[in-house]
Amino acid sequence: MMPFPSPTAALAPHLPSPGFADPVRDAQRCFRKVLAAISYPGRLQDMRGLLSIAPGPLHPAAAALCLALFDLDTPVWLGRSVDTPDVRQFLSFHCGCPVAAQPGEAAFAVLSAEEATALMEAFHVGTPEYPDRAATLLIQTSALAGGPAAEIAGPGIPGSQAIEAAGLTPEFWARRGAINALFPTGLDMILIDAQRIAGLPRTVRIER
Amino acid sequence: MSETGYNFAYLDEQTKRMIRRAILKAVAIPGYQVPFAGREMPLPYGWGTGGIQVTAAVIGADDTLKVIDQGADDTTNAVSIRRFFQKTAGVDTTTETAAASLIQTRHRIPEEPLTEAQILVYQVPIPEPLRWMEARESETRKMHALTEYGVMHVRLYEDIAHLGRIVKSYDYPVRVNGRYIMAPSPIPKFDNPKMDHMPALQLFGAGREKRIYAVPPYTSVVSLDFEDHPFEVQTWSDGCALCGATDSYLDEVVIDDKGGRMMVCSDTDYCEKRRAAGHLGPMSAPYAETEAAR
Repeated sequence: MMPFPSPTAALAPHLPSPGFADPVRDAQRCFRKVLAAISYPGRLQDMRGLLSIAPGPLHPAAAALCLALFDLDTPVWLGRSVDTPDVRQFLSFHCGCPVAAQPGEAAFAVLSAEEATALMEAFHVGTPEYPDRAATLLIQTSALAGGPAAEIAGPGIPGSQAIEAAGLTPEFWARRGAINALFPTGLDMILIDAQRIAGLPRTVRIER
Repeated sequence: MSETGYNFAYLDEQTKRMIRRAILKAVAIPGYQVPFAGREMPLPYGWGTGGIQVTAAVIGADDTLKVIDQGADDTTNAVSIRRFFQKTAGVDTTTETAAASLIQTRHRIPEEPLTEAQILVYQVPIPEPLRWMEARESETRKMHALTEYGVMHVRLYEDIAHLGRIVKSYDYPVRVNGRYIMAPSPIPKFDNPKMDHMPALQLFGAGREKRIYAVPPYTSVVSLDFEDHPFEVQTWSDGCALCGATDSYLDEVVIDDKGGRMMVCSDTDYCEKRRAAGHLGPMSAPYAETEAAR
């Protein structure tokens, strides 16, 4: 019998980053967080306990959203900030989602706030007959607190709601406002830091 | 007791993800009907196949489920859907409105105000409010896209012209967030004002028509009317015969073959709570006595 060569660290198979410990229940819990985020825009949803590690530049909270929402029906566009072999391996192994070559083909995008600001117009905003076909942007930021302060209002918000996500510049709000002015078409966004998310559906407008 | 051999809450994960994505878009576009790939469910169309799919996609192990049919927890439809989720998801169920985190309803909104900690799932037979005026989906879709809603106002005006008032008493059309006209499902118009700025999320599932739509929390829901014919809800001359409530929706019950009738709360939990608290109507036995007789 041939002795099996002991693998060195360099030759060890590169395993994808792990998914949910309990795929069915964790996906449901994660979905309820996203549902709460979209229902109550701007309110921070705690994502701790869903996923503790994530591949490369993905926040654990972002990786959890990918696991809960992506599958073979959802082309996903990756911003340069998150487009690494580890992330692609993670998505392909756990979600089986196609990676979109162009932003306009994507149902979801994972990207940084800077990339979202620069590329916003490139995503599909739906059509007046089918506004639900618009892309959903999962926007990674360094923190959802301590950034530039803004007040938002709209459905799901009694009165107004403060939002302080890092990287949401006046330019971001201006470009987003121009796209969503053509409601019902528009872009829905989920802001993400390491272990929290906040929803920014297209109906939300900035007060100041 | 969970049934073995099924995934949690019956639907497979791929289906749940598809429904969940539709729900998220529905909440993001208040009142817009999102098409979804509705599945065959183990109950016939018209029995809540849409609501049950929405509930299955949303429900978790720590949810407490309440199911009502016309306000009652103990009718066939409510009992069978409640047992379905007991078996396939093993969740706790309740008949108490305040104790529920998830409420699936057929044709009523509970009398007790709902909170942010609750989600209300409606079963919807016909999701398209314009369908009675325009049969073609391709046309109604354009009408929604263009906010071309004149035909709905004509429909309500015709009631006034023929009968002197708007006689539509259930599934009364509403405008959500100032944009989409939406069918609130066949709830009595008595319940329409409860939808406006409700703290709870409201989800609507239509299984036969394969549509999901939503009203986010704290969203304006306005019943359509005219300046000279403002929207009004039903009123009754007397209160509930059992609990005396004058602020709840009442059902008429025939009690003999001599034309005898009684009016009772349609929301059974609300009525029971009031009787337990000592409120009595003209035809009720003291609550302690009826409980002892059980």
